[in-house]
Amino acid sequence: MDQSDATRIAHQSAVFTDGLLLDCGQRLPSVTMAYRTYGALNAARSNAVLICHALTGDQYVGETHPLTGRGPWWETVVGPGRPVDTERYFVICANVLGGCMGSTGPMDPRAPGEAPWGTDFPPITIRDMVRAQKKLIDHLGIARLFAVIGGSMGGMQVLEWAATYPQMVFAAVPIATAGHHSAQNIAFNEVGRQAIFSDPDFAGGQYYSTGRVPAGGLGVARMVAHITYLSEEALSRKFGRKLQGGQAAAQALALFGDMFQVESYLQHQGSTFVRRFDANSYLTITRAMDYYDLAAEHDGDLSRAFTGTRTRFCVISFSSDWLFPTRESRAIARALNKAAANVSFVEIESDKGHDAFLLDEPDLSRVLAGFLGGCAQHAGLESEAR
Amino acid sequence: MTDPVRYVAKNMRLDLRLIAEMIAPGSRVLDIGCGDGALIDELTRMRGCDARGIEIDMAEVAQTISRGLPVMHGDADSDLSHYPDRAFDYVVLSRTLQAVEQPRVVLRQMLRISERAIVSFPNFGHWQVRLQLLLRGRMPMTSVWARPWYETPNIHPCSIRDFFALCETEGYEVERWLAIDDAGRKSPWRRFSGLANVFGEQALFQLRRV
Repeated sequence: MDQSDATRIAHQSAVFTDGLLLDCGQRLPSVTMAYRTYGALNAARSNAVLICHALTGDQYVGETHPLTGRGPWWETVVGPGRPVDTERYFVICANVLGGCMGSTGPMDPRAPGEAPWGTDFPPITIRDMVRAQKKLIDHLGIARLFAVIGGSMGGMQVLEWAATYPQMVFAAVPIATAGHHSAQNIAFNEVGRQAIFSDPDFAGGQYYSTGRVPAGGLGVARMVAHITYLSEEALSRKFGRKLQGGQAAAQALALFGDMFQVESYLQHQGSTFVRRFDANSYLTITRAMDYYDLAAEHDGDLSRAFTGTRTRFCVISFSSDWLFPTRESRAIARALNKAAANVSFVEIESDKGHDAFLLDEPDLSRVLAGFLGGCAQHAGLESEAR
Repeated sequence: MTDPVRYVAKNMRLDLRLIAEMIAPGSRVLDIGCGDGALIDELTRMRGCDARGIEIDMAEVAQTISRGLPVMHGDADSDLSHYPDRAFDYVVLSRTLQAVEQPRVVLRQMLRISERAIVSFPNFGHWQVRLQLLLRGRMPMTSVWARPWYETPNIHPCSIRDFFALCETEGYEVERWLAIDDAGRKSPWRRFSGLANVFGEQALFQLRRV
């Protein structure tokens, strides 16, 4: 496949020429953060909500995507009249460090005029992503975020925000996430990475100069990952054993070709993904998720990450999510209990697997809206807004 | 997921008010089995408390968070051990003690994480209960003990006298206690525990760690 489309569009961004010292010890000499905002910052600068996106998400949380033309990725959660109401809150969403939608990442040149980083891009952590976001929040003149919200890897960032900058986070909503990336999750990521490595077009990570991208490998990585985002129930309900082209196709038992509908669905997921995502970014970000272990950063005790916290938490999981199962969220809630934090915790009944957090789940909307509304009262946002 | 066990009916408005009146304004409160969050709401809005809840029924949890109240899914048996010592001024367990797996352990946990515990439970010493067992020789069924033995969640019934005895064994100071009827009204038997144990349908205790 030809060069990824991701390089071809301009993104709104802020450049931080003071650079960023990373957890790995290396320093990025300059950091660009691509971001979008929705709604208006109030006079007291107290109504800002930071949305943290997941592995393959980006900053276009509340508008049509400029590259894919698809609708806002969190349409049921962010927007006018939605739980994260853009008529009430000033919503910020930034592409993560290491990403490929305009923030500093492996696609960028090491220095102006030089070749792209490729696989030489330094390994980054979730905390590095959060430190980079902190620069943007400072740049926007916001001393305290009313809320930080995110699902999956976005939830990891939420927890890291609350642990690293507790005084800057009034409310935190980690959704469908965990305190560390499990061995099973690392294993799935590794399958994806090996698929990318084994694609000849990967060219050791220096494919930018070849005019080709490792579409086959990245597509397989996406297919594997996509299975983990769903549930057996959801797959059975959607596809069952339905065949492509009806019964006629079933007569000729073929080894190749997409016999089953679920196969063509996954292949479609893979092929559309490679048009918008960079393989080196995928490697960098999946690694960051694998490194993530919030307890390990605090002497092996997750509750110590939140000692003395005044942040109000709402931990949310989904019943059919096996990638970030409810027990992981319960462990977060219990660690927060141990830190005597103010925590709400609920498992939402859904058969849609991990992906449920991105889909229209009325209970998720109700819980989010109610939690944020309650927090707004405690933060005194109501009186300022009206 | 199996259907969550519903504890005894919570027609609680009156005894909730009694409990709320026992709690000093501005306190840190944990309400175990908080149901729809009525007590948390009352304590937060009217008494300026930092009140939170634990509830076993997931639908109720979602509903209560949706009303802006801090509640977490959990239960008295497995979740209290995760809180630090003295995290609260009051821990409330209303009409639930008789349904937990380990009432004694739950009480210990309550008085570890909190200065005071407020506990209410249906009194198994009530005369109707005694009379039914005596005359019919079968497990009593009253308005308070309303479910047959094979499906009741109330696996650890006790009488007011039993509870006094447990408090003494465990070394808890009974700061206040009163008997109430099923609607939550105070009964006139409050000064005489023997009478209360015969005529009180429910009991409400405020305990303190000594």
